[in-house]
Amino acid sequence: MAETMVEAPAADVSFINEVCAIPGGESINSCIQCGVCTGSCPTANQWDYPPRRVIAMVRAGLRDELLSSNSMWFCVSCYSCTVRCPRDIKPADIMHALEIIAIRSGKSTKQSNTPIMYRCFVDSARSNGRVYELGMMIKLFLKTNPLAALKLAPVGLGLFLHKRLPLKPSRIKGMSGLKAILNKARELGGAK
Amino acid sequence: MKYYTYYPGCSAEATASPLGISIAPVAKKLDMELAELEDWNCCGSTPYWSVDKLEAAAMASRNLALAEKRGFDLVTPCSNCFVILHETNNYLKKLPEFKEKVDKALAAGKMKYNGGVKVRHLAEVLYTDITPEGIAAKVTKPLKGLKVGAYYGCQLVRPDGFDDPESPHSLDEIITALGAEAVDWEMKARCCGSSLVMPEQEVALGLVNKLLKNATEHGAECLITPCPLCQINLDAYQSVVNSQFHTKYNIPVLFVTQLIGVALGIPAKELALSGNIVSPMKVLAPYL
Repeated sequence: MAETMVEAPAADVSFINEVCAIPGGESINSCIQCGVCTGSCPTANQWDYPPRRVIAMVRAGLRDELLSSNSMWFCVSCYSCTVRCPRDIKPADIMHALEIIAIRSGKSTKQSNTPIMYRCFVDSARSNGRVYELGMMIKLFLKTNPLAALKLAPVGLGLFLHKRLPLKPSRIKGMSGLKAILNKARELGGAK
Repeated sequence: MKYYTYYPGCSAEATASPLGISIAPVAKKLDMELAELEDWNCCGSTPYWSVDKLEAAAMASRNLALAEKRGFDLVTPCSNCFVILHETNNYLKKLPEFKEKVDKALAAGKMKYNGGVKVRHLAEVLYTDITPEGIAAKVTKPLKGLKVGAYYGCQLVRPDGFDDPESPHSLDEIITALGAEAVDWEMKARCCGSSLVMPEQEVALGLVNKLLKNATEHGAECLITPCPLCQINLDAYQSVVNSQFHTKYNIPVLFVTQLIGVALGIPAKELALSGNIVSPMKVLAPYL
């Protein structure tokens, strides 16, 4: 009886190429799946898929599962993984690359408020040239959880009373130049 | 006199104002000229870095282009600004196609960056250029008997910092130079939760709790940190940690420059010591 040969499905390389195309993402091919990144991560217990598995999923082409997970949004950019990786991969940079791809493809998860916070921060930086912390925080809480804002009111009040929460944004003089720079960057392949 | 271009970063003007305020008198005493970069903009920080890398690098590069005209090292007291500006420099050096796009973006704003700026963290400048010995020579009020924990946080020492990324020692040496006792504690370079404190408060506060527990168990009477975000998490959220974890921490968290300033005999007001949420006045009283 002839043996039936089952061909392994070809791995989808388009996802890994997408990650490699973002500065910092290109090191992913050297991963040996040792797990030092996961063992070093201070928030790994919160991730749907911990760092080592995230890298394995990129290589397996599991794009939708990964991009709609909360995983990379829990990366605190502490770079413990990055300095410990025996293959000189930069897992934190890979997480940033995945965040960029998730936002670009509209897949960002509802299980984490971090993408909304990032968006509020970027909007604030873009509109004044400097981040207006109070305005950004108010916007974030209105968009996510107004009740959490109430819980945090004492922290905000404490900062305000200690003269650490200005009520007015600071705006740079060269705003039109900065806008031109950012618009050009977007036109050249920036993500919307 | 040593000359630098100074990049405060957004926080040093607002939520970390005691940092921004205390730097000027300390720099003066240590013979450093920190001339503020004219019309600097936000570095983009990790959020922009994680939304669009090209736009983020273009935004950071505007600062580098402005600094290049002046010609001195660009010094920032903020660990996050340091990483972003430093990594932008690295990307521009290593990735020619990426650099080409950043150049085009800058040109749209009539700017040009040739890659000639060295980005440095203030803590590194204090350690390398001014040196602990140089600081010790200017101490007028030695902090004898004060037990201080150096909290390095992450981005001063990782991914590409000047000190050991696992067990740094530079700030401990500065503490000793001030006449104080540097407390040895294991978590001095572990994460405080950073900006996760906004979207995922519980997770971040869990990390803050671990840090405060470790530092107090080793006898620290106060902590110092160079990082705006670390300081806010440990100081402004300390009462929230206390109510959430049923703890009773009451440990002041000073910016590095504030503690140096006290030992250099600079008045409390000039160091914005009233800006700290957990008051440091009691532990610092013998030295003021």
